Amino acid sequence: MTRIVAFPKTGRPDAPQAAGRVGLPAAASLTEVFAGAAGDAAAAGFVLAQLGRAGGPVLWIQDQLSRRETGQPYLPGLRAQGLGAGRLLLLTLTRPADVLVAAEEGLGCAALAGVVAEIWGDPSALCFTATKRLALRAEAQGVPCWLIRHGATADLSAARDRWRIRSLPAARHPDDPRAPGDPCWGLELFRSRDKVPGRWQARHDRAADRIDLAATVPDGTLAADTGPAGQCHAG
Amino acid sequence: MERWQRIQDQQGNVTPDDLPLALTREGPHGPVVHALNRAARLAGVTQGARVVDMRALCPGLQVDYADPAGDQAALGRMALWARRWCPWTVADGGGDTAGLVLDTTGSDHLWGGEAAMLAGIEAELSTLGYTARLALAPTWGAAWALARFGPVRAIWRGAADLAVLPVAGLRLGAETLLLLQRLGLKTVGDLAAVPRLGLARRFARAALADNPLLRLDQMTGHLAEPLAPPDAPPVFRATVRLAEPILDPTHHLPALCADLGARLAAGNQGARKLWLTVYRTDGEVSRISAATAAASRDAAHLAFLFRDRLQAIKPGFGFDLITLEAPVVEPLALTQTRLGGGQDSTLALSQLVDRLTTRFGAAALSRPGLRASHVPERAERQAPPVGPAPPLLPPLPDHGERPLRLLAPPEEIRVLYAVPEGPPAQFVWRRQTHRTTRYQGPERIAPEWWQDRPGTRLRDYFKVEDEAGCRYWLYREGLHDDGRGGDPRWFVHGMFA
Repeated sequence: MTRIVAFPKTGRPDAPQAAGRVGLPAAASLTEVFAGAAGDAAAAGFVLAQLGRAGGPVLWIQDQLSRRETGQPYLPGLRAQGLGAGRLLLLTLTRPADVLVAAEEGLGCAALAGVVAEIWGDPSALCFTATKRLALRAEAQGVPCWLIRHGATADLSAARDRWRIRSLPAARHPDDPRAPGDPCWGLELFRSRDKVPGRWQARHDRAADRIDLAATVPDGTLAADTGPAGQCHAG
Repeated sequence: MERWQRIQDQQGNVTPDDLPLALTREGPHGPVVHALNRAARLAGVTQGARVVDMRALCPGLQVDYADPAGDQAALGRMALWARRWCPWTVADGGGDTAGLVLDTTGSDHLWGGEAAMLAGIEAELSTLGYTARLALAPTWGAAWALARFGPVRAIWRGAADLAVLPVAGLRLGAETLLLLQRLGLKTVGDLAAVPRLGLARRFARAALADNPLLRLDQMTGHLAEPLAPPDAPPVFRATVRLAEPILDPTHHLPALCADLGARLAAGNQGARKLWLTVYRTDGEVSRISAATAAASRDAAHLAFLFRDRLQAIKPGFGFDLITLEAPVVEPLALTQTRLGGGQDSTLALSQLVDRLTTRFGAAALSRPGLRASHVPERAERQAPPVGPAPPLLPPLPDHGERPLRLLAPPEEIRVLYAVPEGPPAQFVWRRQTHRTTRYQGPERIAPEWWQDRPGTRLRDYFKVEDEAGCRYWLYREGLHDDGRGGDPRWFVHGMFA
């Protein structure tokens, strides 16, 4: 059975402290997101939901393979997520090593609201040292860094949070029963430095700009605590 | 005309001298002749006449467009070039009456006297490919008149030289010249003989350009007309001369950038483009260039732009002179830093853009903007990476839902559908079969007839969800019976979150 778990932004006294806050990390750091198949834009949607309302430009770096296989960010679609015109700096590079160099450059600039790097596969340049450099840079400068990995295996990494994100069948459309409504994602936090790993079913409520989470495994300790549907503000 | 011929010669199109040539500019009733060569003048072509009339007169007339703005710029450069003879030079007028004015007071003896200096100037100009009519006189007005209406290389001997010149030498407007003609005043001497009081009363309200009395005073020197020579644009350049030839300029780069930054700061300028040039001992010159997204004179930033690119310079057997030059500058005033500390965000962003474009090339970085278009791939446009976004004149159309990711170009899919106009029941994309569970649409987007090729088919867009939960943006190109090709084709164009 599916239970509703609450992760309020301000920390309710009865909220599970161990679960911590899902979403934007308290301190800017490196977060790794493993995306699903090539046609699955859930990872990009999740990252955008975290970045969208934060002011300031976003540097979005793609390697050539990611661009060819999964498409490029499309501004008219991003606009609905709060990333308006002029806030997106799009950098397309051929080699994955260049993506890491460019991400490091971008993390040196405090004017950015975030750096998103997309890398296809498991290149040798993306080793533990490279992710450690990114994480330290992001924490030193206070710029969040999101590493989206397509078609990759979760090898050794220094990312503070590591997510695996898939698309799920969308919620009901309020007006049209045959149409998909708000997007739903299957989130799995499989490794984290300061949070308890877990799996959730997330529903991105685009009108209110928040992500509603529901645990996919029954949790006996929370069975008594049937509060209202919890929510986590995205921005 | 001669500048045009020089350009043609440089391009390898040598034109024979006996070919009648004319340059044209737009007139009120079609193009008119702006300049012409000697063969055309002998054939009877006149300046200012319409080209169609002159074609009737001289059927073999070759015609090209004149470039008055380029002529004016060339004249300004030539005024600076002419500083070799005297320090005060200025470009005079424009169009038909363009010329150079040189104040040679006190400098003619350096060139062997007045006559020798005029001959020298004419020889120098002829090596550039220009003919010139030169005159030397104590006032601007007198020299102007003598150069155009006097003898060859005229040198002013006394007021009697001027008296025989026509009144057209007074730099007057066409209407005033016509009036003087009707009054019977043909030469400057005639005009000077008229009682001054009557002339002053007749032209009391005329401006300087239409006032023969004031122009006459300027010619005789009763009314002062000093030159106001423009300053040459400053050159921002830092130089290092070395005692011994070296192969690696890395160690000199910070000092060069600091020097150039100080020079730019003194002039309140910031560099937009930089050239790092090394002069090799074998006489060759090698250069690498860099550009900035916003004007900058920060030495560390300028040095960074060359950091990884110094290998591109070819040192040969070594070089002993390095220059760092800013050929393109923009005004950059001093700005106060924030009292509370912290960095200026636009400055930091422009420096980031510079670093990225220097390393990865300008084509790799883009900042998408929006454009008022219904066709999805045209709704995005590329804006410069730094600076305010240009305003959108027409309001943006209210699109439906748009995907987060767009495939460029769209990828063709094979589709099974229940009804021809309906959504696909199943599609094969990249050799994988997706079964549609839910769909939304169609949203019909018609081709933009004002820029699409004729025969472009309309598109019906569907947002579909497959059984795995992925949401795609598909479209069908065309209809079954629209008469624009065979069966409609299907494409995947984007992905929703």
